[in-house]
Amino acid sequence: MIEALSYEFIQNALIAGILVSLTSGIIGSLIVANRMVFLVGGVAHAAYGGIGLALFTGIPLFLGTSLFAVLAALFMAYITLKERDKTDIFIGLIWAVGMAIGIILVDLTPGYNVDLMSYLFGSILAVDHEDLYFMATLFVLILLVLTFYYKEILAVSYDSEYASIRGINVKFFFTIILILSALSVVVAIKVVGLILVIALLTIPIYIAQYLCTTLYSMMLVSGFVASLFTLVGLWLSYTYDLTSGACIILVAALSLLVFMIWQKR
Amino acid sequence: MQTNSTNPTLITIEHLSYNIHKEEILKDINLEISQKDFLVIIGPNGGGKSTLLKLILGIYEIHSGSITIKHTSTSRQLDIIGYVPQNTNINLNFPIKVIEVVMMGFASKKKLFGYAKEDLTLAMSLLEQVGMQEYAHQRIGALSGGQRQRVMLARALFADPKILILDEPTASIDVQGQAKIYELLKKLSEKIAVIVVSHDLSVILNYATKVAHINKKLSYHDMSSFENSFDTNKEHICEVELLEMLGKIK
Repeated sequence: MIEALSYEFIQNALIAGILVSLTSGIIGSLIVANRMVFLVGGVAHAAYGGIGLALFTGIPLFLGTSLFAVLAALFMAYITLKERDKTDIFIGLIWAVGMAIGIILVDLTPGYNVDLMSYLFGSILAVDHEDLYFMATLFVLILLVLTFYYKEILAVSYDSEYASIRGINVKFFFTIILILSALSVVVAIKVVGLILVIALLTIPIYIAQYLCTTLYSMMLVSGFVASLFTLVGLWLSYTYDLTSGACIILVAALSLLVFMIWQKR
Repeated sequence: MQTNSTNPTLITIEHLSYNIHKEEILKDINLEISQKDFLVIIGPNGGGKSTLLKLILGIYEIHSGSITIKHTSTSRQLDIIGYVPQNTNINLNFPIKVIEVVMMGFASKKKLFGYAKEDLTLAMSLLEQVGMQEYAHQRIGALSGGQRQRVMLARALFADPKILILDEPTASIDVQGQAKIYELLKKLSEKIAVIVVSHDLSVILNYATKVAHINKKLSYHDMSSFENSFDTNKEHICEVELLEMLGKIK
């Protein structure tokens, strides 16, 4: 195991795993607190359209995926703010249509077609420097937004009606939360894949929810717990030559089960 | 318009009407609320009570008529209104402490992360006033409905409002707790305007200085100068007339 750490791709995988886990802890807390888990699930799947777009047009993958995910997030923000009772229908719509667009675009891309599996279940061992820069930039961006607007985001997330009475621009902050969620989904796709993104964004938060009384402590604990899952999952994946994303999620799910049994005791 | 300098008018509502999907919710409402008023709003479910509150609070947009809220040029209109919502059972799993809820939405820019010391002190003293100081560091979801409503009252008072609006504030509070809340509101109403939606007759009898009955239209009763005359030709009969019939009001 120690000699594995000397490989650059393993080092990259570890850095990416921890960066994405910390990001997931923060954003996952916001998603769960705002009850938008399925909304973000829809955005994650819609992001596949961006993967197809990037492969078809030849633009960088992160750019294409981010563009698509952010557009899906903006569309969902608009729907949620304007026609709240139709949110479910539109989540289903972007979920399916995004994937369909992605698949058609990949079909239309001439030459070698990249492995669909690596996007569905992640490819953390193929993380390069460009990916790491993107992940680090997003993480810093999220930290900056929280440093300046933590109280506003807390108010909007807990009680949006009261927040608007107090003069906080609820629509603006709701949209910011969704855009940051979309970008976090894009980086999490690299680690666990778009099918498993939701698990990484919710399981650590579910555990942290019972241990924390404040939003920021929940963000920290979730980030720490997610990092632990990612590292253990990566180690299993490396040792037994298994798909990394699936290992990470199963470690998380198993830990959740143990946690729930321990809690019931 | 009242020009009384010790009891200035804070809210003037003129010819206010409100429709939702062409259905008339409020029709030609006229009302003045002064600084020392303790106004109780009564009326049937669906009669438009909450709608009127939300129009005053600016949650709903005004389509016809006007609501003028007097405020000093230095303060924003929002800063002079405190609001306690009817439903306090929102987001019960949310990780937030009682004391954070009290300080919520008060955009103190003194500190980027965390809260200023004077804010914490003020929040604690308000929690003490509503009898909730020992719960300050508990999670809001762990409290009972009545306890949460008291916390929401402390939250409304945090910005030092000139007008306090409460939508059925004691619906899930036990009788002793209710009395405590209303005594506090009565004390507050010596300095600030208190507007309460309530179905509780004892509240009207013991605390109200004015009563407004809303069922699309508004009927107004000034409790201080109530005449012992019951007019059966009136379009509306509400609790105030009934009390009067029973001789409960002088």
